[in-house]
Amino acid sequence: MKVISADKIRDALSELCIRANLVLRKDILSGLKSAYSKEAKRRAKDILQAIINNAYIAGKEKLAICQDTGLPCVFVELGQGVKIVGDLKQAINKGVESGYKKGFLRNSIVKDPLLRGKSVYQPAIIHIDMVKGNKLKLTVLPKGFGCENKTQLKMFNPTAKISEIERFIVDAVKSAGPDACPPYVVGVGIGGTADYASLLAKKALLRKIERKGLIPKGTVPVFEQELLSEINKLNIGPMGLGGRTTCLGVNIETYPTHIAGLPVAVNISCHALRSATMTL
Amino acid sequence: MLSGIIYTARDQAHKRLVEAIKKGNKLPIDVKGQVIYYCGPTRTPKGKIIGSCGPTTSSRMDEFTPALLKKGVLAMIGKGRRSQRVIYAIKKYKAVYFLTYAGCGALLSKYIKNAGPVAYKDLGPEAIYKLEARDFPVIVGVDTKGRSIYD
Repeated sequence: MKVISADKIRDALSELCIRANLVLRKDILSGLKSAYSKEAKRRAKDILQAIINNAYIAGKEKLAICQDTGLPCVFVELGQGVKIVGDLKQAINKGVESGYKKGFLRNSIVKDPLLRGKSVYQPAIIHIDMVKGNKLKLTVLPKGFGCENKTQLKMFNPTAKISEIERFIVDAVKSAGPDACPPYVVGVGIGGTADYASLLAKKALLRKIERKGLIPKGTVPVFEQELLSEINKLNIGPMGLGGRTTCLGVNIETYPTHIAGLPVAVNISCHALRSATMTL
Repeated sequence: MLSGIIYTARDQAHKRLVEAIKKGNKLPIDVKGQVIYYCGPTRTPKGKIIGSCGPTTSSRMDEFTPALLKKGVLAMIGKGRRSQRVIYAIKKYKAVYFLTYAGCGALLSKYIKNAGPVAYKDLGPEAIYKLEARDFPVIVGVDTKGRSIYD
């Protein structure tokens, strides 16, 4: 049994919110750099250079990478051997608020989705998963809404061909077009139920986009590479002004599903894909 | 590159401005001949002029844009596509729609030399800010003849 205080969780969340919003993920930065070297068009190169410079300025000057510091999505992996002293959800929300205030991040949340009203710092979107062990893993993904607004979900027939699923995913990116800050990272959730596929699509964004060495055999990694190559043929390019880099990476997460269905969710991220993790 | 005064306004400020126009009320800023930037900056860190301040998705402002163009707005800065109705209005009122580096709010803050909220302050990040820009990088998205860069 490991005892963790709510205060410790609050402080961890505060730090994670700042880190995620100020320091671009290494895999994303190296993806951008490799895209820069592959682009042929001057304008696409210039835009990628501006995006890379932006990441350096943000880190150096402690400014948010993007003014849309997102709706913070918090993923909690709670080991069964952990005892939390205090209120976990309250600690998370307090930590988010404190991090956003300390980091001069934007209060982009409205308490009521219909009445809207004054913008505030919390609540975060919290997903709690019980796992084996005695550790507590906390991950923050501040999700900007320019790209969140482009999310798509489709309930396919179980007899659907892979090519139909591919078309749906590529079309989701096509319909996002230049609006949601390309080059994108595409998270895909396949299987489960409608809600679970959507969660998987979001979780897929937490995985690194780097692929080292040969692509392992198997349906999913091959499908990811095929999708990446198809999406990059769309010529949307950086800022939607054309080029080879429409997408930096495609990550797919799958889960068993019902004999009667095949849910597929697509969660697109802008190039400023931000997340940070800490294990207590 | 743009230098001079630009005003930020995004979703809720647009809604209020257009409601005021419909009611015939005086607007809190004179939009005639002005540049509107679709932006809601982060809070300003100590010692800085402004926080991160990149563009937001322009298409969400489409339903309000023609009314503002009619009132004399000269140009807009944002990211992404505009509706046919907006493109037609841009052509009719001889305005311009600019794009700027999307998702580069930290970088763009370097081109702002002065900033402060001037209207709808209760909206927080969605208030109207008056910004003084110097050499602010833009690309023409839709020109005065209604030609779009995405076509």
